[in-house]
Amino acid sequence: MTELKNIRNFSIVAHIDHGKSTLADRLIQSTGTVADRDMQAQLLDSMDIERERGITIKANTVRIEYKAKDGETYVLNLIDTPGHVDFAYEVSRSMRAVEGSLLVVDAAQGVEAQTLANVYHAIEADHEIVPVLNKIDLPAAEPERVCEQIEDVIGIDATDAVMISAKTGIGIADVLEAIVTRLPAPEGDADAPLKAMLVDSWYDPYLGVVVLVRVIDGVLKKGDKIKMLATNASYPVDRVGVFKPEMQPIDKLGPGEMGFLTASIKQVRDTRVGDTITHEKKGVEEALPGFKPAQPVVFCGLFPVDTALFEDLRESIEKLALNDASFSYETESSAALGFGFRCGFLGLLHLEVIRDRLEREYDIDLITTAPSVIYKVYLRDGTIVELHNPADMPDLTLVDHIEEPRIKATILVPDEYLGDVLKLCQDRRGIQIDLTYAGARAMVIYDLPLNEVVFDFYDRLKSVTKGYASFDYSMEGYAEDQLVKMQILVNDEPVDALSTMVHRARAEARGRAMCAKLKELIPQHMFKIPIQAAIGGRVIARETISALRKDVTAKCYGGDATRKRKLLDKQKKGKKKMREFGRVSIPQSAFISALKMDD
Amino acid sequence: MDDWQHGGFGVYIHWPFCLAKCPYCDFNSHVSRNIDHELWRDALLKELRHSALLTGPRKVDTVFFGGGTPSLMRADTVSALIDEIDKLWGLNPNAEISLEANPTSVEAQKFADFSNAGVNRISMGIQSLNDNDLKALGRMHSVKEALKAFDIAKAQFKRVSFDLIYARQKQTAKHWFAELRQALDLAVDHLSLYQLTIEQGTRFGDLYEKGNLRHLPPSDEAADMYLGTREICAEYGLYGYEISNYARQGAESRHNLIYWRYGDYAGIGPGAHARLTLDHQRTALHTHTQPQEWLDLVRENNHGMHAPEPLALEDQAIEYLMMSMRLTEGSDLNRYEALAGQELSSTRVEQLKALGMIETTGTTLKATAKGRPLLNSLLAELLR
Ligand SMILES: Nc1nc2c(ncn2[C@@H]2O[C@H](COP(=O)(O)OP(=O)(O)O)[C@@H](O)[C@H]2O)c(=O)[nH]1
Ligand SMILES: C[S@@+](CC[C@H](N)C(=O)[O-])C[C@H]1O[C@@H](n2cnc3c(N)ncnc32)[C@H](O)[C@@H]1O
Ligand code: SF4
Ligand SMILES: [Mg+2]
Repeated sequence: MTELKNIRNFSIVAHIDHGKSTLADRLIQSTGTVADRDMQAQLLDSMDIERERGITIKANTVRIEYKAKDGETYVLNLIDTPGHVDFAYEVSRSMRAVEGSLLVVDAAQGVEAQTLANVYHAIEADHEIVPVLNKIDLPAAEPERVCEQIEDVIGIDATDAVMISAKTGIGIADVLEAIVTRLPAPEGDADAPLKAMLVDSWYDPYLGVVVLVRVIDGVLKKGDKIKMLATNASYPVDRVGVFKPEMQPIDKLGPGEMGFLTASIKQVRDTRVGDTITHEKKGVEEALPGFKPAQPVVFCGLFPVDTALFEDLRESIEKLALNDASFSYETESSAALGFGFRCGFLGLLHLEVIRDRLEREYDIDLITTAPSVIYKVYLRDGTIVELHNPADMPDLTLVDHIEEPRIKATILVPDEYLGDVLKLCQDRRGIQIDLTYAGARAMVIYDLPLNEVVFDFYDRLKSVTKGYASFDYSMEGYAEDQLVKMQILVNDEPVDALSTMVHRARAEARGRAMCAKLKELIPQHMFKIPIQAAIGGRVIARETISALRKDVTAKCYGGDATRKRKLLDKQKKGKKKMREFGRVSIPQSAFISALKMDD
Repeated sequence: MDDWQHGGFGVYIHWPFCLAKCPYCDFNSHVSRNIDHELWRDALLKELRHSALLTGPRKVDTVFFGGGTPSLMRADTVSALIDEIDKLWGLNPNAEISLEANPTSVEAQKFADFSNAGVNRISMGIQSLNDNDLKALGRMHSVKEALKAFDIAKAQFKRVSFDLIYARQKQTAKHWFAELRQALDLAVDHLSLYQLTIEQGTRFGDLYEKGNLRHLPPSDEAADMYLGTREICAEYGLYGYEISNYARQGAESRHNLIYWRYGDYAGIGPGAHARLTLDHQRTALHTHTQPQEWLDLVRENNHGMHAPEPLALEDQAIEYLMMSMRLTEGSDLNRYEALAGQELSSTRVEQLKALGMIETTGTTLKATAKGRPLLNSLLAELLR
């Protein structure tokens, strides 16, 4: 057990790519927490997808022992949080488990949208914040200007900002000293009854559910009988330990300490993030404030390309869900796509990550249908239907009005691209709330419908600003608007998986764009194929895919009949990546690509 | 009776060398300065003998020297091979013996000797009647040279055919039709007219992938060229008897008909393919493609073949349909069913009929004029 005064618990907040993972690596390495030979880049990003894409999805912790200049050895517990807006919720709750934050800002780029979003979480959690300017090795670094920006835009004092290069190692020693001298030690009472926060939990194939805890008061030991206040379930503790960053058992965790416990808990779903853990006997009665579970906001259908793999998909989804309580699923049956799942996600990145993992780790080709948000459909008889799937839209004659979720978007962008950004937001039915300047960059705040954002808003934003804009958002509640369901008919048959909710005023343009896109995406067939967009029974846009006229091998290749059979097999394989609608084969990728707008 | 007997028996001999590699070509052809002609002759003879051991006695209907450029073979090699075939199996009295020739002057000089060796049909790779296009196709000959070679061939052989490649870069339907009429005016009785195919791994293929092979006719225009080609040939009395082959009645390439009617054929030389019914089991055979590797194998084993692959009946059925549907005469459904053990899906057949892609008369199934240019799609539907 470490004395309280020798403990520091902190997180690192940063905009993506400002160097959070690199700094974490340096801290781990320079304190000898991990032997040099075991060191790998982005050590805390454990999933393949995290490493590959350079993003952090799950919060991770590491315990670092540091001998400071004052001669004392300190235990530093670092929580590495995801930077992406989809996981904002995870960030905010992780923050509640620590007392301080390093605010890492790229000295060349300055403050960005996620810098703001994340630092606000830290401020809300009452953190002591140490600004750290990273990448000062870059010729383009402008530390003074960025310090000013931090003071102007965020309103925290940056006079003592630590100047570092996580890449070259400059200033890392100063960061460690700043953690010890400037961040507060935790408070707590070892003699009080046990009170610990359940920060996170995940499934480990060998250990079962692993619970990340922060002890507030009391002592947690192996063999203790613990109780979770929210679920009222009791467990004997099998193991107590810390992360270095791999799991290492220890005897006990005292106040102020962070670590893990395992206790034969079967499913992640049996735990509540933010729950209070205490001893079964002589425990505390009063719970910590707790968190509400993260709610999925984006929904889409996932269907196996090969219909025979439905049960495999179910198994895989169930396994994934064990480890990710923020992801929801229920079976869905589509006239067009057969059996699959309607899944809910925290955002689009979350959706992509889950889909990638299913395809990669479980080897199932998937058809992903258009992402949708939850609409509230108010019926004339006074009932309210929560619509997760446009295909389930009630008959129009029964509908009184429809409400959709809206967000508050914060966008930081260099002045020269401001016009394009405003146009994009305007095109997406945005309402401007604020426009100010943060140094040389404009900061715009827009109220936008989530359904205009879930799809390709971020891609479009990146492309119109050549990657120079940053973006973050928070949910803002529901508002009524003129929404209609638009159907797509291929060869005169409605394809339910292509149905979308659109704003009435935009339906025609959207319908035309979708038909044109589908015309590119669906290969020519031996017959011509009409593609129509319709609202109710009324066709609002139409395209025709002309019939294929030539597809024959000219040469005969002597007697190489094998080559012909191979060609046939190749055609068959190609067909496997498609789905049949009546007599039309639609490629698996079309369901998402059809919605991408190039305008 | 075994199924192959509907088609007959032919022997294919592959000569894998050319003077230069054409940028569109993905046939098994290699450029080599020093070829040991004796060594090659002996190796080809050895593999012939090995094949004859496999098949046992049967008469040979056709022989085909293909390539590469077999007109670069020495005439005595051709002669020795023909004699050996006759000795091993016996040639039918009216056997067709074809040889592919490139129309350069060097090769034209050898035509008389090929004729003496027993070759009675020549197929010339003229490719284009436009000098610029010949250059673009990387050919070594001019139009003038080709026409001269053609005249010499006509004097030496009763049957002369030539190949043209169309739907070339910058070629319009109008240009092609004029060129085609010019070709037909030469009083031929057989033409092979291939639309330019861009093959992966060729120079054209590489250019195409990088977007640097421009001005190829769009698919709809290529379709028009195809349909027009058939009509124009018909005007001149050459009917299209196969996807890319046109002939006066009776002047069809009998060797190629064996492939398309799914008969048996031996394949000799590097990269040659064979279908042989061995002890009532139809078997796919093919030889190693690299010339030196093949030579070494023949020296050791008397043949350069990969392990034979016995063909399951359903695969034979697929091959039969894919080959025979290329023919205007179409496929015999009885033969298909006997191999496949079942009928073609009647819903698929009806759907394709309704689209006007195929027709059936009695037990014959044929692609229609509309379906022929879509044969690959059509077969994929039928065999799904
Ligand atoms: N030049 C320079 N590059 C850095 C520095 N720190 C990080 N980077 C690079 O910036 C990119 C993003 O860093 P990463 O740590 O993954 O950022 P994260 O998204 O905040 O975790 C990587 O390519 C790093 O190599 C630095 O101090 N100097
Ligand atoms: C194997 S080549 C042999 C003929 C001979 N070596 C010559 O080039 O004249 C047979 C014929 O196939 C045709 N051919 C080869 N490659 C082709 C391609 N990529 N597209 C269309 N036709 C092709 C040519 O017309 C060629 O004459
Ligand atoms: S087209 Fe004929 S000459 Fe040209 S490389 Fe191919 S086989 Fe040889
Ligand atoms: Mg990172």
